[in-house]
Amino acid sequence: MQTLDALVVGGRAQVVSVEATEPIRGRLLDLGFVPGTEVRLRSRAPLGDPAVYELRGSRMCLRRGEAQQIWVQRLDG
Amino acid sequence: MTASAPASPGAAPLRLGLLGSPNSGKTTLFNALTGLRARVGNYPGVTVERREGRAQLGPTSVDVIDLPGTYSLAPVSPDEEVVLQVLHGEVPGVARPDALVLVADACTLDRSLLLVAQALRLDLPALLVVTMMDELEARGGRLDTERMSQALGIPVVGVVGHRGIGMAEVKRLLRQPHNWDRPPLPPPESSSDRAGWADSVLSVARSQRPGSHQATEALDRVVLHPVAGTVLFAAVMILFFQLIFTAATPAMDWIDGAIGSLAGAVRGALPAGFLTDLLADGVIAGVGSVVIFLPQIVLLFTVLHFLEDAGYMARAAFVVDRAMGRVGLEGRAFVSLLSSYACAVPGIMATRTVPSPTHRLVTILVSPLMTCSARLPVYALLIAAFVPSTTVAGFLGLQGLVLLGLYLLGTLAALAAAAVLSRTVGRGRGLPFYLELPPYRVPPLRLVVSQVWGAASAFLKRAGSIILVTSIVLWFLLHFPKPDLPPDLPPQDAARIELEHSFAGRLGHALEPAIAPLGFDWKIGVGLVASLAAREVIVATLAQIYAAQDEGLSLREALQRDVDPRTGEKVFDAPTVAALLVFFVFALQCMSTLAVIRRETASWRWPAFAFGYLLVLAWGASFLTHRIVHAVT
Repeated sequence: MQTLDALVVGGRAQVVSVEATEPIRGRLLDLGFVPGTEVRLRSRAPLGDPAVYELRGSRMCLRRGEAQQIWVQRLDG
Repeated sequence: MTASAPASPGAAPLRLGLLGSPNSGKTTLFNALTGLRARVGNYPGVTVERREGRAQLGPTSVDVIDLPGTYSLAPVSPDEEVVLQVLHGEVPGVARPDALVLVADACTLDRSLLLVAQALRLDLPALLVVTMMDELEARGGRLDTERMSQALGIPVVGVVGHRGIGMAEVKRLLRQPHNWDRPPLPPPESSSDRAGWADSVLSVARSQRPGSHQATEALDRVVLHPVAGTVLFAAVMILFFQLIFTAATPAMDWIDGAIGSLAGAVRGALPAGFLTDLLADGVIAGVGSVVIFLPQIVLLFTVLHFLEDAGYMARAAFVVDRAMGRVGLEGRAFVSLLSSYACAVPGIMATRTVPSPTHRLVTILVSPLMTCSARLPVYALLIAAFVPSTTVAGFLGLQGLVLLGLYLLGTLAALAAAAVLSRTVGRGRGLPFYLELPPYRVPPLRLVVSQVWGAASAFLKRAGSIILVTSIVLWFLLHFPKPDLPPDLPPQDAARIELEHSFAGRLGHALEPAIAPLGFDWKIGVGLVASLAAREVIVATLAQIYAAQDEGLSLREALQRDVDPRTGEKVFDAPTVAALLVFFVFALQCMSTLAVIRRETASWRWPAFAFGYLLVLAWGASFLTHRIVHAVT
């Protein structure tokens, strides 16, 4: 297990849990970061942060701080 | 649920709330239903935009409420709190909607249904409008709205909003919300179970999920590329800046000229006297100082909404977010700060794209530090008069370097102020930062027009009235009381003496002790009082004061030669000129900006705070500048 921000560009993972305080946790879940959901890291901004994730048919950009609170299981080597 | 009787004539029309996430096509649907006749305002006590309009549906009509876009019904921002309060009928003066029209983009249903699940737990009849069905098909997706309707237990209609496809069916359904099917069981309450519910609905209704959006994939390979994306970002922002700075100028000059001619015509047509003066110099000039901003507001919002609706603004915010994060702001604040280089009025209005209220407030409070175009006439006069036109290092003009330095000083001050304010007044609840990158789309012209119209009319109505009243008050201060003057006095002398004896002139004298440490005399004091209307007014005011003193001299020469009668020294020596320039970098002398801050923060507290902290900064920085320049020259 690792957190979402540790993915490499192009890497895919499945959400395991969101370990954040409210209201951040609820909002991340409502944006689609629900356990079981597949997420792919599409690109990183020029200075390495924030990053764009593809999930549930949309592209969502999160800062490292939020991505570090989402635990995932990597789906590729 | 029993079907209620159709509304009898004369009864209040049914109220329908449009609920959907940002980028769902909600506003396009709203425009398609109501035409461009929306009433735009604010919800009581907050600055969340309130849009309502009436839709004519054959013989009946309904009121449609365009609720702010939201990803969830568990609110984290004021916009979202308003959505929830309206849905529960808790906003004073805003009746609870009788039914909900849920709006979801056909290509992002996997996520949009999470909001639908929450909405279906409210005890209101609901209809789901699935937008952008054309894009879904183009991306190879297949959705059966009939089966989706069965799975959800509510009516579902697929539409292509800007082409009107499916709208007849939506309008037919909107007439009878009490006949809509209601779900036999509400969707699950917990967030995790909601996702499973959404997946099961889609497994029934969707036979093919949409592939990726080809154009978006191709464009994002460039736009999101660390190097190419940054270069593109810089190019777009330079073009944007050039456009609002230069393209609005002809229209602004034309309005300026037209206001002058109108005032002249009024003077010609009416007998000389108090009322004519009030009309020509107070009312018409006051209206003019409002209308003059329209070209920039219209231009800026046209470009802004075009880029926003096309999908670029979110990418721009993504590229610049890290840098803005250093001073406690976020990517979306960048564009509004950039706009403030042209004028803080549209710049502050553009902060509406910043969702976090604390980020938004800090952005508003530092916007006046960005060097706006109204400072240019002041800088131009002082630099031309007092900075020698020599070159530095062989080719760089000293005058240009000073101007650049003033721009840099303003920008650095804005960033520093943002860093301080975001750790003090802007410190609030920890809000998650997220930003959706929607697919690139050709923005419907009608959508852009309606948004620009909303911004322009809101400015005219709300800020306009404050600006008009203030300019009349300032006109009064500058022209009263009238001293008894010999009738044969040349008009220039009369104007100067009137000014010196006016309330503003006395204020200038009264201010002298406070501004003397900066090297300013009472004449500069009058100019500073007058420049509360707008910064560039100080040039006209100084011109009036100096007009008669040295006949035949230009204002520039008059300033260069002016000598303090008590000390015999030049009034405008190097320390004073430097201090005055620095004062204009910091001070918030612009009632239009104050009026817009009042409008955008819904309280007098923040314009008062902005005026105060910038005045303290201006005085302190001018004082230091005066001392330093005095010591080294």
